[in-house]
Amino acid sequence: MQRSFRNISVLVLVVLVALLPMVTTDYYSALVVKIMIYALFALSLQLLVGCTGLVSMGHAAFFGISAYAVTLLSPEYVAGNMLWLVPAAIGCAMVYALVTGALVLRTKGVYFIMVTLAFAQMAYYVFHDTKLGGGSDGIYLYVRPELRLGDWVLLDISNSYTFYLFTLACLLFSWAFLAMLMRSRFGAALTGIRVNEQRMRAAGFSTFGYKLTAYVVAAGFGGLAGLLYAAKDGYVNPELMGWEQSGLVLFMVILGGVGRLWGAIIGAVGLILLQEFFQSSAIFGAFSIHWHLTFGLAIIALVAFMPNGLIGLTEQLRARRNRATSSATAH
Amino acid sequence: MDPVIFLIQCLNAIQYGLLLFLVASGLTLIFGIMGIINLAHGSFYMIGAYMAFALEPLVSQYLGGGFLATVLACIVLAALLGYFLEWAFYSYLYHREHLQQVLMTYGLILVFEELRSIIIDNDVHGVSAPAWLSGTIPLSDVMTYPTYRLFISAVCIVVAVLMYWLLSRTRLGMMIRAGASNREMINSLGIDINRLFRIVFALGVALAALAGAIAAPVSSVYPGMGNAIIIICFVVVVIGGIGSIKGAFIAAMLIGFVDTFGQVLFPQAAGVLVYVMMAAILLFKPEGLFKQG
Repeated sequence: MQRSFRNISVLVLVVLVALLPMVTTDYYSALVVKIMIYALFALSLQLLVGCTGLVSMGHAAFFGISAYAVTLLSPEYVAGNMLWLVPAAIGCAMVYALVTGALVLRTKGVYFIMVTLAFAQMAYYVFHDTKLGGGSDGIYLYVRPELRLGDWVLLDISNSYTFYLFTLACLLFSWAFLAMLMRSRFGAALTGIRVNEQRMRAAGFSTFGYKLTAYVVAAGFGGLAGLLYAAKDGYVNPELMGWEQSGLVLFMVILGGVGRLWGAIIGAVGLILLQEFFQSSAIFGAFSIHWHLTFGLAIIALVAFMPNGLIGLTEQLRARRNRATSSATAH
Repeated sequence: MDPVIFLIQCLNAIQYGLLLFLVASGLTLIFGIMGIINLAHGSFYMIGAYMAFALEPLVSQYLGGGFLATVLACIVLAALLGYFLEWAFYSYLYHREHLQQVLMTYGLILVFEELRSIIIDNDVHGVSAPAWLSGTIPLSDVMTYPTYRLFISAVCIVVAVLMYWLLSRTRLGMMIRAGASNREMINSLGIDINRLFRIVFALGVALAALAGAIAAPVSSVYPGMGNAIIIICFVVVVIGGIGSIKGAFIAAMLIGFVDTFGQVLFPQAAGVLVYVMMAAILLFKPEGLFKQG
């Protein structure tokens, strides 16, 4: 009963989001597209942080590599074909994940955080220092790719509403895929690794293979988000894989709540809206140009007072209420 | 390569490596002893450099000036700042997960950078070296080497020796080492562990700020300078083994040489070279060269 209620409410929400551009201005549609892309990005990181217990501080590398790959591989003035561009771009991200993952997964804990960060910076410097992708200025993607079979155009996302729906479809597909993945035997093994890796190994699981697979899959979905981002703006620069970006997406996961996939989506929505809020000159006036200050303070406050994220908030409040009632009855 | 140019590059590599060591040693100390990943450590380097820039006119007005007085003022202020920050923010992070430490310090970076932009501005500023150090030393008929860079190396070496002495020969150092290996035990022996940690943290901040202040005349001060150095310092700490001062020293020198000669020999790949080296080392030593404990 409760389950079907949840399914229906998710369905209604999806339909509402799909219809949103009909009633709002372009600005808000673009904002929702941005939120959806980051939600997908955060979702892919949740597979590592929340589901497998691997805190990666370099997830933006995959986002940026895929964004660069789709831009560099596209023909300059005509639309590229999604049929091979999308697998190629995501493939680039996954190959980088496979190579670096084999190295970083040898490390644990803090080392893992720092080494993922360092490998992301390595990718950043490749694009920042060499002429490969226009250096620090970045490059433009003039035409969004389209889905073609021969001369027959199946899907053209140059229209902003089509692109909106396409992004939504990508997000839903990824969510469904990851949710199913977590219910499979593979997902159960990842949960086991998060809870107690030693015991999983003792139970006969080769945990390294599972972790590496999770790392590469997460990179693939992160790459999908990066590709959408490049298509959205038509412009990529090295900052897409900078450590600020990695920190941002990690913060989305934490803000939403570690452990449940949809926590990442909630976190992405919350964080982008928070940024919009602090950047809004209507509320903060001239001070809104210094929004990093208020945003940073908000991060600190959230970490201090909400260690379990937004989805943990209800439990936190309930625990407080229970404590209050039990102390009241004790008196 | 011409031997004189080779010598100059070696001196540059040593100077860069020593400077990295100064920042990274604070980072590794804070991590090894307090168990905190401090992403904001680069901000302290930035703060040190900006203090050297901003305090110079004030110091010359009220204290009679002098570069050393400015640097000393930077160190004292940075230590006070560190003491305050530990009390206000970091002391809440001891029992939290690494994830939350990373986030809170990430928030602090944003705050520091924005405060810097409000208080000073977003421009690049030069800081002049003192007159008595702005000369050059002749190495051959045409080649010279700036005295100030040698001064940086000398300061770093002195600080490194002082730190070694502090940690291994004094009572405070003994307490710090004991606190690193068993926090509860030393607390039950009647030593105020909170105060000890606050001192360690202040020391780490002061080291980073000192590095920033003496590097300022060479690198000038610019926005984002802290973020540029913090990543490379993480590499130093990871290669050296977290918590190990000796490891940090060797790793910093290694990176100094690889980076400096990389820029001369393979300018296109210089940015990547350090990370490739890190990957190679971690392949054989997943916990760094000198793992502590």
